[in-house]
Amino acid sequence: MPRLSSWFVRASFIYLILGFTLGSLLLLHKGLPLHPATWRLLPAHVEFLLLGWTAQLAMGVGFWIFPRFWRSRGDERPAWLAFWLLNAGVWLVAARSMPGVPPLAPFLGRLAEVGAVFSFVLHTWPRIKPPGV
Amino acid sequence: MPLLTRRFIRLSLIYLVAALLLGVLVEGRTALSLPPGLNTLRPVYFHLFMVGWVTQLIFGVIYWMFPKASPQRPRGSEVLNWATFGLLNARLVLRAVGEPLGALRPEAVWGWLLALSALLQWLAGLLFVLNAWARVKVR
Repeated sequence: MPRLSSWFVRASFIYLILGFTLGSLLLLHKGLPLHPATWRLLPAHVEFLLLGWTAQLAMGVGFWIFPRFWRSRGDERPAWLAFWLLNAGVWLVAARSMPGVPPLAPFLGRLAEVGAVFSFVLHTWPRIKPPGV
Repeated sequence: MPLLTRRFIRLSLIYLVAALLLGVLVEGRTALSLPPGLNTLRPVYFHLFMVGWVTQLIFGVIYWMFPKASPQRPRGSEVLNWATFGLLNARLVLRAVGEPLGALRPEAVWGWLLALSALLQWLAGLLFVLNAWARVKVR
């Protein structure tokens, strides 16, 4: 698989572990209460698994297997930008319920995520094509 | 398609159906005059969908289609792969049973069931990543 896909996929694996760890703490807290502040982990749990794991894995595999132009995947720069923006966005949004995080952070995080998706679509759009084109 | 992938994908389809049926019950409790306690199934619905369907389908396809780890062990450790499958599904069932019962009848036993489910989920994720990491190869 191409280098960028390996970055996307490995990052998604890390988010899977982080998301499952937070989810396990939340579930443990439901069964055997730990501390009321445990619920603060919920937004990060959701963010890590929905965007960090699922969306990021889909982007990595899409970049790898979608049709190419002869031997090239076209301009890879927008896809790399998508990787960095998505990961910055996930952390900014995930931090929303941690103490001391400015309220602007999740907003900027969502903007970064939109930028990531826009950038990824920009790269991928021309690759959705019939064979031989 | 290898046997483990078939197991992952078939179970993921069963969870998809189960999740959507549960969604009908949860959303229909007012319209169908069903017990209000059904609302406690909302997190179960979401996890059957996202873990039982989406994540399990992904695990099955990655096991099948990702680059081979090595000629000797193309899909990594088969023991870890099957352990991931067993732990993930045991976790889903324990949670599906333990969460609504724990909400309706807060006895200690259900709390321990959820704690066990939490541990199984974490182990399933860890074993999957430990095994799949070596199959992410740059070419």
